[in-house]
Amino acid sequence: MTTTAPAAEAPRPYTLVAELSYRCPLSCGYCSNPIELDRHAHELDTATWTRVLGEAAALGVLQVNLTGGEPLVRDDLETLVAAARAHELYINLITSGVPLDAARLGRLKAAGLDSLQLSVQDTDGEGGRWIAGRDALAAKLEVAAAARALELPMTLNVVLHRGNIARVPEFIALAERVGAERLELANTQYLGWALLNREALMPGSAQLAAARAAALAASDRLRGKIEILFVRPDYDVGRPRACMDGWARRYVVVTPDGTALPCHQAASITTLAFENVRDRPLGEIWSDSPAFRTFRGEDWMPEPCRSCDERARDFGGCRCQAFALVGDAGATDPACDKAPRHDLVLAARLHAEREETAVRSPIRLRRMRSL
Amino acid sequence: MISAGSRPRLAAKARLRVDPRSGKHMLLYPERGLELTETAARIAKLCGQGLTVAAIVAKLASAHADADHQRIEDEVLAFLRSLDERGLFIEDAA
Repeated sequence: MTTTAPAAEAPRPYTLVAELSYRCPLSCGYCSNPIELDRHAHELDTATWTRVLGEAAALGVLQVNLTGGEPLVRDDLETLVAAARAHELYINLITSGVPLDAARLGRLKAAGLDSLQLSVQDTDGEGGRWIAGRDALAAKLEVAAAARALELPMTLNVVLHRGNIARVPEFIALAERVGAERLELANTQYLGWALLNREALMPGSAQLAAARAAALAASDRLRGKIEILFVRPDYDVGRPRACMDGWARRYVVVTPDGTALPCHQAASITTLAFENVRDRPLGEIWSDSPAFRTFRGEDWMPEPCRSCDERARDFGGCRCQAFALVGDAGATDPACDKAPRHDLVLAARLHAEREETAVRSPIRLRRMRSL
Repeated sequence: MISAGSRPRLAAKARLRVDPRSGKHMLLYPERGLELTETAARIAKLCGQGLTVAAIVAKLASAHADADHQRIEDEVLAFLRSLDERGLFIEDAA
C-alpha cells in the first residue's frame, strides 16, 4: 500500500459512469450492482446530478454512460441528458429498454442522446425468465425498432453464461435483424451477484469455444456492418482483464446515492472508504481520495505483478476480484495463472466442466427490498 | 472501396469535438474516442459537406503553395480507411 507515498499526478478520467438508480424491473442473476442494494436507495436529486456532470466535464470527462439499475426509472432522465449535452459530453444510455416507448426515446434523442446500449438477456423466453425473472424480449424488440426509426446508433449487449451461451448464433441473427451497429457478447464477470451464482452461470470450455468460434466467424462476415465484440471470461484466459483500464485511471463511477468509485464493484472492497459527491467535489475525490490513490499506478503491486512484462497492459487486473476471492484487495488477481491463488479459479473452472443437463440450476435473482 | 471520387461523411454515431484539456480534436463514438492529428481534424471537418475526396485534397492543398497533392491524397485515404475499419465512415453515392 502506498497511500502515504507522494501522489503521482492524477490521470484524467475520460468516462463518467453515472449509475442513476439501482431500481430495475429486471432481476438478473449476474447483475453488476452491489449485493447490498438498499444501502444506496437514497438517490441524488436532479440538481446534484447536474452539478456532478459539470464537475466531470471540468475534470476532463468526454463521455457519460447513463446507467443503473435501470436509468429509465428516473423521471428526470431527459433533463440529465440535456445537462450532459450542455457540457458537450457524448451520451450513452445503457438500458434494459423496460419500460421505454418510441415517444420517450424521441425526447431523449432530442435532448442530446448520442447512442443506445440495449441489453438482451436471452432470445429464449424460458431462459429470460430464469436469469432475469421475466421474459422482456418483446419490449426490447419494440425499443430496437424505435431506435432504428430515430436513426439512433444502437449496441446490443448480451451477458453470456451457461444458460444462454449456446444461443450466440441467435444473438448475432437478432443484431442483424434489428439493425444494431454493435454487438457485445460479454462473458459474465464473477463478482457481486454473479459470484453468488457462479456455479450455475459458468459455462464449460467446450461451450465457450463454440461461442467464440461463432462470434469470430460472424465478426468476419459482418465486418463494416456490425462490430462484434466477444469478451472472454478472465477465468478462462489465464490472464487478468485490464479492469476499467486501470484503477482510477480512465473511468469514474458515481452510484445512485453519490458514492464516487473507481469501478462499479469497488464498494464491495470493505477495507476502503469511499467518499460521496454530496460532501466533496468530484475533482477533489478523483485526485485526493485515498481510496482512488491506493491502487492507482504500479506502486501498490505485489510480486509477481511488480516485475511482470504485462503490468502496463492489464494494470494488475481486478482489485474487486482479488478482494472477493483472496480477501485482500492488494493481492494478485487470481485470474492470472501466475497468481499464488490461481488455484481458486482453476477449481471453479474444473467444476464448470460438468456435463450439461436440461435442468436449469436455481439462482439467486437480484432483489431490492424496497421493490 | 474508398477512392478519389468518394464523397465521405462521418457515421451518425461519431461526434467531433475539441478536448478542452489538450486542445486537440477528438472523434467520439460509443464507449470510445480517437484523438485526431491536426491534419485528421481538418479532413474530418470537411467530411459530410458533399465534397469528393479529390475536392477535400484540393482544399487541404490550397493552404500550401508547395503542396504535394499525391502525399495529401494518400493521407486522406489512409485516414478515411482507418475510420472505415471502425465503422465511423459512410460513403455517399456520387
